[in-house]
Amino acid sequence: MNKKLLSLVLVAALAMSLLAGCGSKEEPKATTAAAADTTAAAADNETEAPADTTAAAGDETTAAAAAGGNTTGETIKVGYAQVGHESDWRTANTKNYQDVFSAANGYELSFVDCDNDNAAQLEAVRGFIQQELDYIVIAPIETAGWDTVLQEAQDAGIPVIIADREIDAPDTLYDAWVGTNTKNEGITAANWLAEYLDGKEANILVIEGSVGASATLGRTEGFNEVAAEHSEWKILDSQSGDFTQAGGQEVMESFIKSYEGQFNVVVCQNDNEAYGAMDAMKAANITYGVDGDVILISYDATHDGLQYTLDGAINCNVECNPIQAEVVAGVIQAMATGGSFEKTTLVNDQAFVAPGIESEYATTMTQEILDGRAY
Amino acid sequence: MSNLKKLTKMRLFLPIFSMILVMAINVVYDIASGNAPFNFFTISLNNGVLYGRLIDVLNRGSEVAILAVGMTLVVSASAGTDISVGSVMSLTGGMCCMLLAGYGVTNVSEYAMPLWVGIGAGILVACACGLFNGFLVAYMNIQPMVATLILWSAGRAIGLLLCNSQIVYVRVESFQKIGAYVGAIPTPILIAAAVVIIAALVLRFTALGTYIQSVGINKKASRIAGLSSAKIILLCYVICGLCAGIAGTVATARIYSADTNNIGLNMELDAILSVALGGNSLGGGKFNLAGSIIGAYTIQAITTTLYALGVSSAQAPVFKAIVVILIVVIQAEPVKEFFKKRAAKKTVEGGVQA
Repeated sequence: MNKKLLSLVLVAALAMSLLAGCGSKEEPKATTAAAADTTAAAADNETEAPADTTAAAGDETTAAAAAGGNTTGETIKVGYAQVGHESDWRTANTKNYQDVFSAANGYELSFVDCDNDNAAQLEAVRGFIQQELDYIVIAPIETAGWDTVLQEAQDAGIPVIIADREIDAPDTLYDAWVGTNTKNEGITAANWLAEYLDGKEANILVIEGSVGASATLGRTEGFNEVAAEHSEWKILDSQSGDFTQAGGQEVMESFIKSYEGQFNVVVCQNDNEAYGAMDAMKAANITYGVDGDVILISYDATHDGLQYTLDGAINCNVECNPIQAEVVAGVIQAMATGGSFEKTTLVNDQAFVAPGIESEYATTMTQEILDGRAY
Repeated sequence: MSNLKKLTKMRLFLPIFSMILVMAINVVYDIASGNAPFNFFTISLNNGVLYGRLIDVLNRGSEVAILAVGMTLVVSASAGTDISVGSVMSLTGGMCCMLLAGYGVTNVSEYAMPLWVGIGAGILVACACGLFNGFLVAYMNIQPMVATLILWSAGRAIGLLLCNSQIVYVRVESFQKIGAYVGAIPTPILIAAAVVIIAALVLRFTALGTYIQSVGINKKASRIAGLSSAKIILLCYVICGLCAGIAGTVATARIYSADTNNIGLNMELDAILSVALGGNSLGGGKFNLAGSIIGAYTIQAITTTLYALGVSSAQAPVFKAIVVILIVVIQAEPVKEFFKKRAAKKTVEGGVQA
């Protein structure tokens, strides 16, 4: 009896999947036609658009916002498979996409929050293919396992843009990548330090993030790359504080004992570690920040972290930028209008410095910037 | 000669010996690198507070030492471990900060509720967790690791829910003091000392310690002898929960925030390890509380030593593992037997010669 039921279910499932298979096979024609339509329309309308969008993909976010608007004259249907809503950063990223790909800007956004579930995300992308959307944007949860679904999208003729994180797939399977790079953050922090010190000596202590985390590796690599160019810099020690406040405090307590009076720069690879390091220095009567003996650099630029930056306790705070939708929109516009675009586009990271410091690499903190932050 | 023998036969000899061995590494390192030989042990008064690596060991080891008290009793009575203590610490912190800050608020500089309400509620929740674990183990006869696995995964999650998945900061001085200093002494050291002293007094001046060991050695026989085995096991788990609550409060106050994702992370393993390093059998029965406490500080001494030596974070776990293996092997029965036999042989030979 049970076996019969099981076989019945299996047959039903098979039939369903066959039907689904047929459905997806029919799709490509329709979408390619649509794509041809839009490119034709675009070619008629504007020829300078491509130049505009590639420029926007580079530096200024304001310029990018202007280019974010749809210039093709037809509503572009975009699907965005978002990682989830695990952090304020992610929430800001989501809001940014919803703002840029709005109906007012000439887009129709299908947004799916995948809640950190890899299977759900693959399903979401398949859903986009079935809905015959014009473009698919994916912020991948996992790096591996994308080949099949990307092939499906390619067979369906839908361009795919990978956003934010990187994936392990041949780059022929997707059309563009837009995102940030933690190595760049390290470079920005080091560049700022070089500018601030202006040739003076630096004895640096680094409180790293969790061992092996991509942010740890990237931030360390970028910072060390610049540090290697400065013979007057010396990295005294580098230990992991596990991205936590307690970890940062414990490592700093130990650093203070090992290198008493020998260091003048502390780099913490996230804000929480910086809070811990500040407590440890306070207890040992070491002054830090703008008016202190020790220059404090931090990453993440969370709301609290920026408050400390505004107060002058953290000299420089580097963040990886969640505002990426404008650049993605720029790439989509270039694709729609047949213009040229870069296969990979790095979104510039941002850095904030305490009031009283001017820098070409960073924005000087003000109360308005803090109040205006989305997260 | 006989004095030395007496010393090596003492139950606490090996745990203390291991700890001294760990710290001796620092003496060697300091001499090799040209520092004062006892740099590691120097304690001074800096900025009005005690300052030195030894203080760091005592301070940072507080949480694990507090946990080790509860864990020792649980291991003794139920021949199993409570793997939920780390999660319960996090839950305690979440509950405490949620009440002190108010639900959904992430950053306050004034209490929403009196301090004692927050801390009391946090510790009460921890005790309830202990009660839950104890009930499953003592009355439902579920294996301790399975029973406590439930709260191991759920405790942290509930903590996150209480804090709305965010880090809740309570920036009030009286709360921060619990994790900072009272006068010149770090408060966590005082709290750990208080917990250890109270536990030692209770075990010494009541029959509880004997009851727990008796239940651990033979549950059925103890029941027949008139002890309520189930109740005693339950009590041990509640005490373990209480200890987790206190340790959680300390860990939370240290960073004046409920970082529920990270508070007490993997600390259950350190607590179990300290029980083992203290020369206790994880099979239950006889226990040695002082050994566990020394074990807890030995673990912290290893961590602090690795920081002092500047071992890179990627390599540190390997060094830690080697030291732990050495300590455990030194205390293993076959090794002890080997040394006993050798000593016996020597005395026999000596006797013949004389």
